[in-house]
Amino acid sequence: MANILFYLFSAITLGTALLVVTSKNAVNSAMFFLLSLTGTASLFVLLDAYLLAVLLVLVYAGAVVALFLFIIMLLDMQGGNRKPFARATMAASVIAAGLLVVGVLSFLKRGQIITAPLSESTPAVGAVLKLYASQLFTTYLLPVQVVGFLLLIAMLGVIVLSKRFEGLGDIK
Amino acid sequence: MDLSSYFDLPLWLRLCLQSGAVIAVLFPIAAACSMAERKMAAWIQGRPGPNRTIMPLLAWIPILAPLLQRLGLFQLAADGGKFVFKEDPIPGHVNKLYFVLAPILAMIPALTTVSVVPIGAYFNHLGTLVPIVLANVDVGLLAVFAISSLGVYSLILAGWASNSKYPFLGGVRASAQLISYELSMTLSVLPVFLWVNAPGTPGSLSLFDVVQSQSQPGFWGGMWFVFLMPVSAFVFLVALFAETNRQPFDMPESEADLVGGFHTEYGAFKWSLFFVAEYCHMIVGSAVFVLLFLGGWNPLPWVPLSSVAEWLGWVDNPLLLGVLAIVLFLGKVFFFIFFFMWVRWTLPRFRYDQVMKIGWQKLLPLSIGNLIVYALAIALLSRR
Repeated sequence: MANILFYLFSAITLGTALLVVTSKNAVNSAMFFLLSLTGTASLFVLLDAYLLAVLLVLVYAGAVVALFLFIIMLLDMQGGNRKPFARATMAASVIAAGLLVVGVLSFLKRGQIITAPLSESTPAVGAVLKLYASQLFTTYLLPVQVVGFLLLIAMLGVIVLSKRFEGLGDIK
Repeated sequence: MDLSSYFDLPLWLRLCLQSGAVIAVLFPIAAACSMAERKMAAWIQGRPGPNRTIMPLLAWIPILAPLLQRLGLFQLAADGGKFVFKEDPIPGHVNKLYFVLAPILAMIPALTTVSVVPIGAYFNHLGTLVPIVLANVDVGLLAVFAISSLGVYSLILAGWASNSKYPFLGGVRASAQLISYELSMTLSVLPVFLWVNAPGTPGSLSLFDVVQSQSQPGFWGGMWFVFLMPVSAFVFLVALFAETNRQPFDMPESEADLVGGFHTEYGAFKWSLFFVAEYCHMIVGSAVFVLLFLGGWNPLPWVPLSSVAEWLGWVDNPLLLGVLAIVLFLGKVFFFIFFFMWVRWTLPRFRYDQVMKIGWQKLLPLSIGNLIVYALAIALLSRR
């Protein structure tokens, strides 16, 4: 059962992810992205990582894609037809895809997969709120801080770029 | 009658029956709310409201019939019949797929969120309090927020697919408004969970645990969180009005400036689905508010359900106690639905810039400040 569901959700995730980049209409792309995120959340549920699944739906499916749609609608009423890919974009995406393939292959070759079954009594880190939180605040404290700092920089950048500074009087 | 044979049924069948039962109650209540809203509006504005409809055969009952007629109870059946049988045109200029999808997308999250909301509690044969809930998951409240946040897509898609100016503006407004208020809503409930998940406890976001921590003995234990954290309750309530698109925050449909907003092009059954979904969101939102801040199924502050059960001698009777808990809980929820309607006919609608200003410049700083104050207070209290 879990295997069938895994293949089903993986197919949904990957198939809709492909449709995100190939569909002509921007609104369709956003909706496929939404489906792809839902598929990923379902995969998290299969891994017993309920918290991650819920957070993914809450943050990405609930807010980020809604913002994407907001921007799409604000910029172009009809959803618009996308321009064909530029040559540089194609080259960049081929390189990125190649890097991804190399990464996955090296992970498969060198990474150690724990084959022994985990004991039933140890809950997954993503499953229980407290375990997840304590991992975030101890083992992964530095990455969390770095990501938070990056987001702060991005936010400041957006404020600086979107606000027009014409003279010294504008800086308050 | 032996009810225990029910538990011999396979789990999937029981879950299907239970979810069917919850939807079978929630859907008609949501539909009846639209009727209640019309009656309430009439009452507040000093007019009789719907008072003509009556079933043909029932009209012959002498005293009861005029009473029911004046209450307007059958208007609901008439409205429902009209929505089902009326022609349901799809305008030529719309994006058909999304136009049809939007009302369905409105209903699904609205009916799904109720699955993690506990609606009552009873003592099992071991003497522990068990919640009456479809899925008592650890992530409780986050699941409610996550699923209900998907409801915004119905509004956006309805606005975009209608392919005309006013619905489009309604969709744009909906996406901006619902995301803005989600922030303050999530931040406002954090103090509650800081208080509930004291150091040493396993920690959970389950709504049942929140009610349990409001039913402890003692002055602090039995206190409802609305007294302990009034600011949180206020911010949550205001954000709830905005999230459910209720006046004074019904920017996406405000009929004075947007004709009908996102649902201008909709009619008949599809239109009614949007409104049943809105009332479902209201019911679930009020239920969450009651659980978080008003002690759930506890009848009074400092009077938990368990002491009422002992007083009535119903500890061994799960059926009666469960029904009592559900009645108490639904009573509070209905009061909140009344409150929603009361506010609707009392406060004028905000302007759109005011809505944004309230969300980002008033409620968000207020909820962040509130969170910091309670985090400090709880840290100082737990140190002693």
